Amino acid sequence: MVTLNPDFVSELATAGGENAKMCFQCGTCTASCPSGKNTAYRTRKIMRMAQLGLKDMIIGSDDLWQCTTCYTCEERCPRGVPIVDVVIALRNIAVANGKMYDAHKKTASNLIKFGHTVPINDKIKAQRVELGLPEVPPTVIANEKAKADLDVIFKATGFTKLIG
Amino acid sequence: MAKYAFFLGCIAPLRYPGIEKSTRVVAEALGIELVDLTNASCCPAPGVIRAFDKKTWIAAAARNLALAEKNGLDILTICNGCYGSLFDAAHELSENKDLLADVNEILSKIGLEYKGTTKVRHFAEVLYNDIGIEAIRSKIVKPLEYEVAAFYGCHFLKPSKIKQLDDPENPHILDELISVTGAKSMPRKQKVLCCGAGGGLRAGFPNNAMKLTETNLENIKESGAKYIIDVCPFCHLQFDIGQKDLGYTFPVLHLSQLYGIAMGMDVKELGLSAHQTPVTL
Repeated sequence: MVTLNPDFVSELATAGGENAKMCFQCGTCTASCPSGKNTAYRTRKIMRMAQLGLKDMIIGSDDLWQCTTCYTCEERCPRGVPIVDVVIALRNIAVANGKMYDAHKKTASNLIKFGHTVPINDKIKAQRVELGLPEVPPTVIANEKAKADLDVIFKATGFTKLIG
Repeated sequence: MAKYAFFLGCIAPLRYPGIEKSTRVVAEALGIELVDLTNASCCPAPGVIRAFDKKTWIAAAARNLALAEKNGLDILTICNGCYGSLFDAAHELSENKDLLADVNEILSKIGLEYKGTTKVRHFAEVLYNDIGIEAIRSKIVKPLEYEVAAFYGCHFLKPSKIKQLDDPENPHILDELISVTGAKSMPRKQKVLCCGAGGGLRAGFPNNAMKLTETNLENIKESGAKYIIDVCPFCHLQFDIGQKDLGYTFPVLHLSQLYGIAMGMDVKELGLSAHQTPVTL
């Protein structure tokens, strides 16, 4: 039995997806979606499910994570719905409810560990030196204090706890 | 002399350092002064980090924006992902004062404040809009005869409502930037189709990512192009690594590397040894 939840629109708005209600279901998004051509992801359907408050169905499905955020749907939407913002807001809700894929979690863990989404390695260090670049780029990975500052931000937003 | 805070991001400095090197050399040749944005972090990545927690994404992006603001410089990026994240974050923070106040409350814990003045620019767009095609033409010492595919990626031009750089369905900026080197940008189907890497797809759903990559590669092959020219290290990586399993062998060059060749840089300085698909010039 599917239960509709009219209050979900408010939850979605808080997460940054308040414009989902502007969608009038024309389907231009689905017809434009390159990812949907390869998968069962249907942008229009996600938008409708969001309007109806079918939270569990949305966050329990792989479909939500098939969007590449290419913005083709949003560029063509006749209602000007910021569709990618809605998808991002829905993903934020999914993650807050513990729905994270391991591969994505690893990227997030890298950010916490290194301040970058990928770590440096010896091969890259050697290539950098060969090119006359500093062995380690002059970013947060080269400065402990800067890294500590970034950690303060991640703790303040709850990100460190979220990723675990 | 135009002067920018050089934002490195992750993939260029940590996977394709030749892109970083070429950008530094080409920028200098064109009279652009790049000052390293020291202590910057990941933008953070729009696909996974913004999708995970928007509050974290915008706070960490604001830290990067604030570091540039403190130096009195606008940001120059060489990656569509960094451009997407930082441009969007700067835009949201300029539109929403409550959000800016929330973010500043977090930044105050590390003694920073973002006032909202940093502009975020993309290398290719600075070349086109500020330096100009004619000034670039005067620096070309080795005209190239390559037939190439101009790969725009997604977050260079979109969302066009806020970026306002070019027609997002049929753009021409990169084609012009390529043509000035003598190389020929070959027309092809689905010119603005996503490379497949974005939105967490490369990490989370590689099969779907590779299908998008393959469609692009088929279109590129059909066009007669022999090289792929990108403006994003993540598209660069997706093609360079992804095509190996798909049986394609297109050399992949970032625009900065193409310019490096055309401006007479020593090929050794392009960092081509970091490429998985061998590049023959």
